[in-house]
Amino acid sequence: MKASNILSKKNKILLSELVKTDFKLRYQGSALGYLWSLLKPLMLFAIMYVVFVRFLRFGAGVPHFAVALLLGIVMWTFFLEATNQGMQSIVGRGDLLRKINFPKYILVISATISALINFLLNLAVVFVFMIFDGVNFGWSALLFPLSVLMLYLFSLALAFFLSAVNVKFRDVGYIWEILMQALFYATPIIYPLQTVLNYNNFAGRLLMLSPVAVLLQNGRAQLVGHENVITADQLFSNPIWLIVPYAIIFAVAILAALYFRKNQSKFSEQI
Amino acid sequence: MSDKGIAISVKRVSKNFKLPHEQHSGIKQVITNLFKKNKKRGYEIQNVLDDISFDVKKGEFFGIVGRNGSGKSTLLKLISEIYVPDKGNIQVNGSLTPFIELGVGFNPELTGRENVYMNGALMGFSNKQMDAMYDEIVKFAELQRFMDQKLKNYSSGMQVRLAFSIAIRADTDILVLDEVLAVGDEAFQRKCSDYFRRIRNDKNKTVILVTHDMASVKKYCDRAVLIKNGKIVLEGGPLDVANEYTLINYDTTNTTSGTTANTNVDNNTKKDIYKLAVKPISDQVLKSGNNMTVEISYKLEEKSDLAAVFPSVALYINNAPIVFDTIRDKGVKNKIGINKVRYSYSTNDISEGSEVKFIAELWRRGQYRDSDTELAFTDMKDAVIFKISSTTGSPNGDIFHKRGLWGYND
Repeated sequence: MKASNILSKKNKILLSELVKTDFKLRYQGSALGYLWSLLKPLMLFAIMYVVFVRFLRFGAGVPHFAVALLLGIVMWTFFLEATNQGMQSIVGRGDLLRKINFPKYILVISATISALINFLLNLAVVFVFMIFDGVNFGWSALLFPLSVLMLYLFSLALAFFLSAVNVKFRDVGYIWEILMQALFYATPIIYPLQTVLNYNNFAGRLLMLSPVAVLLQNGRAQLVGHENVITADQLFSNPIWLIVPYAIIFAVAILAALYFRKNQSKFSEQI
Repeated sequence: MSDKGIAISVKRVSKNFKLPHEQHSGIKQVITNLFKKNKKRGYEIQNVLDDISFDVKKGEFFGIVGRNGSGKSTLLKLISEIYVPDKGNIQVNGSLTPFIELGVGFNPELTGRENVYMNGALMGFSNKQMDAMYDEIVKFAELQRFMDQKLKNYSSGMQVRLAFSIAIRADTDILVLDEVLAVGDEAFQRKCSDYFRRIRNDKNKTVILVTHDMASVKKYCDRAVLIKNGKIVLEGGPLDVANEYTLINYDTTNTTSGTTANTNVDNNTKKDIYKLAVKPISDQVLKSGNNMTVEISYKLEEKSDLAAVFPSVALYINNAPIVFDTIRDKGVKNKIGINKVRYSYSTNDISEGSEVKFIAELWRRGQYRDSDTELAFTDMKDAVIFKISSTTGSPNGDIFHKRGLWGYND
C-alpha cells in the first residue's frame, strides 16, 4: 500500500485534484476568502498575547517571546488541523467510498496536505513578524524544515490511526478533542518551559518527552535562536531521553499504518 | 492465468453483512456488550450473496436483474472492488469503471469543468486522458455553454446528463452501470439508446448493466442473470430472464393474496366473511392469443344468499379500468359452502406487453339491474396479474390492438 504505490501517476493526480478542490472550497462564500487562513492564527495570537504576555506577564524578560509564541501557535494549529481533518477524511467522504474503489489513504494524505499548505501560508506571516522583531536567523534555521517534516509525519501517522478508528467509533472525535485540549496545555506554547522547570524540574522534563513539545521547541530554537528557547538536548544528559519522542513518532507511524491497512477494505461497508 | 475471452469471472462468491440490531458505532455499546450476561450478539448476519458464479465474456452486454434487496447491487459493488467478498473470488481482466451512482464526487460548488476532471481523477484517468475525452463529454451532455458555471446552478436534469456523459464516454474496457437508463428528457434518452446500441456491437467493450427495466434488458443485453435472495435463479438469454423476472414479481403478489389481515375499513371487511379470493389458473406470463383464466372462490352460508349473490370480475389493463364483466345474466348456481367459479378472458385484442389485473367482486342482486349492491371485493394488492409477453421490447402504451379499418366514402 505504501511507498511503491503512493507515487503512482494515477494516485498523484487524484491527490492533487483532492487537494485543489479542498483549497478551492475551503473559504467558499466568505468575503475575505484565503485571508482567513492568515487571520485565524493572527487573531488567536493577539488574544493569547494580550492575555498571557501583557496581562499575566508570561515570558517576561525572554527576548522574542512574542514571535516564539506566534510560531508555537502556528505549529500547534497545524498539528491540530492535520489530525482533525485527517481523522474526518475517511468518514467525511463516505459518499465516495461507497460508490467507487480508489486508494483510501489518498483521502488522509490529501487532508493533511491541505493543513500543511495552510501552515506554510501562516509561516510566511510568522517570518514577516520575525523580521520586524529583529530576529537574527542563524544557520540552524536551515534545520527548521526537518522539524516541520517530523511534525507532519507525526500528524499523518495519527491521522491514519484516527481516521480508521473513526469509521467504527465516532466517539474518537470527542475523545481526541479533549486530548488535544489537554495536550495544548501540556505543551510549552503559551508559557515558557523555564517557568515549569523552575516550579518542578521533573514535570518540565516530563513535558519534553512529548514529540509535539520537542518539535515545537526545536522549531523555535532553530528560527528564533537557541539562547531564548530550552530544547530537549539541554535538559537531558542521557541520550535515551532524547530518542524517546522520535521513538514514539515511529512507533505510532508503524502501528497506524498496520491498523489502517488491516481495516481499509471494510471501510466502504462500515461507514 | 487469465482466460483471453473472459472479461469478468465471478467464482463462488459469498457475501455477508452484519446487521446491528441497534446502532453500535459507539464505545458505550461495545462496553455494555462486553458485560452483558447473555452474550447475545448485537447483530444478525444477513447472507446477501450465496455462492454466486458466472462469467462475462469480452464484448458482451450483460444484464443483472433482480428485485429490490436481491443482492444485485452488492454483487455490482463486489465486481467494482468496493466491497471485498467473504468467500470466493472475482477476476477482472481489463480496466473497469463503475457507475454505481451517477456523478460520484460531484461538488455543487465546483464548475462543470472542474467536476468532470475531479470525477475523472476518481475513476483513475490521467489529465491527458481527460483532456482527450472532455470535448466529447461536453458535446454529448449538450452543456457547452454551462461548463464554467457552478454545478449548483445546473438543473437536476443537466447534472444527470453531465454525469451520464462522463460515464459513457469513459474510455475503459469494462463499464459497470447501475440503473441509469431513466435519465434526461426524451431526446437525451434517444441518444443514450443509440449509444447503447453502438456499444453493444463494439466487441472491445464489455458492459454490465443492473436494472429493473425489462425493456432495456430485452433491447440491449446479450445475456443476463436473474438473482433472487442472493442466488442465481436463471442465467441465459435476455428474453427468458426478463420473462422469469416478470413472473417472480407476480409470484410474490400472489403469496399475499387470501391471507387477509385486512386493514381496509368499510364494506371490504366483508371480503373475509365471504372468504372472497381470486387466483390464477393459466400462465401469468403468456403470449398474445392465449386465455387468461382465474378462479374466484367465495363462501356462502345463508340460504337466502344462494339465489341473490353473484360474483364478478373487474379488469384493469395497464392500470386503466376497462372491462367490467359479470355473470349475472348467465344464472348462478350457488351452493352452501365454498363456491368456485372460473373466468377466462382472451388476450387476442389486448396490446402486446400489456399488464392485466383481475379483481374479484361479489354482488347482491337487486330488484333492477341498477339496484345491485356490491358486497365485497379483493384488494388491488391481491390482484392477479397477467403479462402479455412482447417480443419487440417495451409495451407501446396501447391497450388494444389497433385493428380499425379506413375506407373511402365515395
